[in-house]
Amino acid sequence: MDRKLLSAVAAVGFVSVAAVSAPQAPKAEELVAYTVVDYAIPEPLTGEPGDPERGRAVAINRQLGNCLSCHAMPIPEQPFHGETGPALHGVGDRLSEAQLRLQVVNSHEINPMSMMPPFYAVEGRHRVAENFEGKPILSAQQVEDVVAYLKTLKE
Amino acid sequence: MTFKTIAIALAVGSLAGGAALVASYGSSAADKSGIPYRDGEYETVEAPEGSPLSELISGYYFRTPETRELQDDDFMNPAFIWMEQGAELWSTVEGEAGESCASCHEDVEASMKGVGASYPKYHEASGKLINLEQRINLCRTESMQAEPWKWESDELLGMTAYVRHQSKGMPVNVSIEGPAAPFFEKGKDFYYQRRGQLDMACATCHEVNYGMYIRADLLSQGQSNGFPTYRLKWQKLGSLHRRFRGCNRQVRAVPYANGSDEYVNLELYLAWRGQGLPVETPAVRQ
Ligand code: HEC
Ligand code: HEC
Ligand code: HEC
Repeated sequence: MDRKLLSAVAAVGFVSVAAVSAPQAPKAEELVAYTVVDYAIPEPLTGEPGDPERGRAVAINRQLGNCLSCHAMPIPEQPFHGETGPALHGVGDRLSEAQLRLQVVNSHEINPMSMMPPFYAVEGRHRVAENFEGKPILSAQQVEDVVAYLKTLKE
Repeated sequence: MTFKTIAIALAVGSLAGGAALVASYGSSAADKSGIPYRDGEYETVEAPEGSPLSELISGYYFRTPETRELQDDDFMNPAFIWMEQGAELWSTVEGEAGESCASCHEDVEASMKGVGASYPKYHEASGKLINLEQRINLCRTESMQAEPWKWESDELLGMTAYVRHQSKGMPVNVSIEGPAAPFFEKGKDFYYQRRGQLDMACATCHEVNYGMYIRADLLSQGQSNGFPTYRLKWQKLGSLHRRFRGCNRQVRAVPYANGSDEYVNLELYLAWRGQGLPVETPAVRQ
């Protein structure tokens, strides 16, 4: 990890400590820099390992991941699973951790026409509502949590 | 695939003109859902030349039997409360000029037949594109010398629905040529512009993904042929611009004002995307 990345991580850490009530949508902050290699992001965005339990909750939460709006997932207690994206059962076998990370961070780098919102990118947005301006949909830690959860989806 | 699925798949295929649809449903199409689009039992209208859609389908066919039943029966359709108010206002004298709508336009069925199906329309005098609400308010301010009705007021909604209802069953028929052309182009740009934190365009949901569920909502083509529409969620009749605002907000984008030029342009473009669909005003939606 280089110095710039470290200091960005420290800043993120600070913000999430300052935030009072969880789960929270991320604050406007300098985004953690990442490097894309072969349609994948090999390095985690944060120092703290992702937590699959928290990631699952983020995937369900309508204000955060809301992944269920487009994907069927092995989350039987939730009634409505969307169909506009592929079912994510077994996606942990199909894609590597690094590929999953880029898919969540910025799907548009894989498929510019993708319907899937870029969850950790803010560039080039048009008329974003005031509350969300300059902020990614998920925080860096939430991205890592979701990736950790996706890794558990084995067939 | 069971025999039943194949039969339905064939039916869907012949209506939709392609097998792609069928593939995306897999065998779930075998269970009748009660939703005509999903069951392959819906009516289509041929898309206008240059349309990105292979066929036009009213939002009606994407809704449950309960919702459609409310629309089908004028006595059950809650929008008729506003329609009655519209009918009353039609012959109510208001304003300095001492006129009612009826003083000039007389019998609504004769004078307003087909009118609602042709809006938004280019307005010579102002050089602008105006929608039906704005046309009605022009008559209020200029012909009647009365105050304009507020956007989303019961009066304006009721009158707009009442006027547009006179075109019920007639095909949407807007002009996008001549002076309307530049407004149409702006509306088209709006439709394909990704917006908001979620970075989605109207087309993302209503062109590419109609017919599919997005969590609990079944996406339709986002057609405007039923507006003003009674929405169960709103518990009220609502304008098309209110719907636009909702669709902008749900992707976390800043909406435009009701009656803004941007929304009137979008309204024209959207009407053309449904050119030929029967007017359903007042429709009922979930
Ligand atoms: C608005 C719809 C939408 C939402 C919300 C959404 N996705 Fe997606 N997702 C898609 C679509 C569509 C694809 C198919 C590939 C593409 O077009 O980018 C996809 C692809 C994927 C893939 C790759 C699947 C594969 O088999 O290759 C993964 C993993 C994924 N999404 C995870 C997520 C997660 C995790 C979330 C929530 C944090 C999420 N998606 C939210 C629409 C969505
Ligand atoms: C003093 C006469 C007068 C009154 C009163 C009046 N209007 Fe009009 N209205 C007109 C004229 C004139 C036009 C323009 C016709 C044209 O340009 O073709 C018009 C046009 C319209 C149109 C558009 C017709 C079209 O074919 O595009 C609608 C809709 C309309 N009026 C509704 C109303 C309503 C509703 C009221 C009552 C709230 C009302 N008008 C009151 C004179 C009047
Ligand atoms: C995130 C997906 C999404 C986006 C993006 C979106 N909508 Fe919608 N829209 C919906 C949903 C869900 C509904 C309700 C179900 C349906 O009819 O599709 C709806 C309904 C509508 C309806 C009512 C259809 C009817 O039959 O009454 C119209 C009109 C509409 N949208 C227009 C638009 C326009 C114009 C845009 C772009 C400014 C837009 N939508 C963007 C999801 C979306």
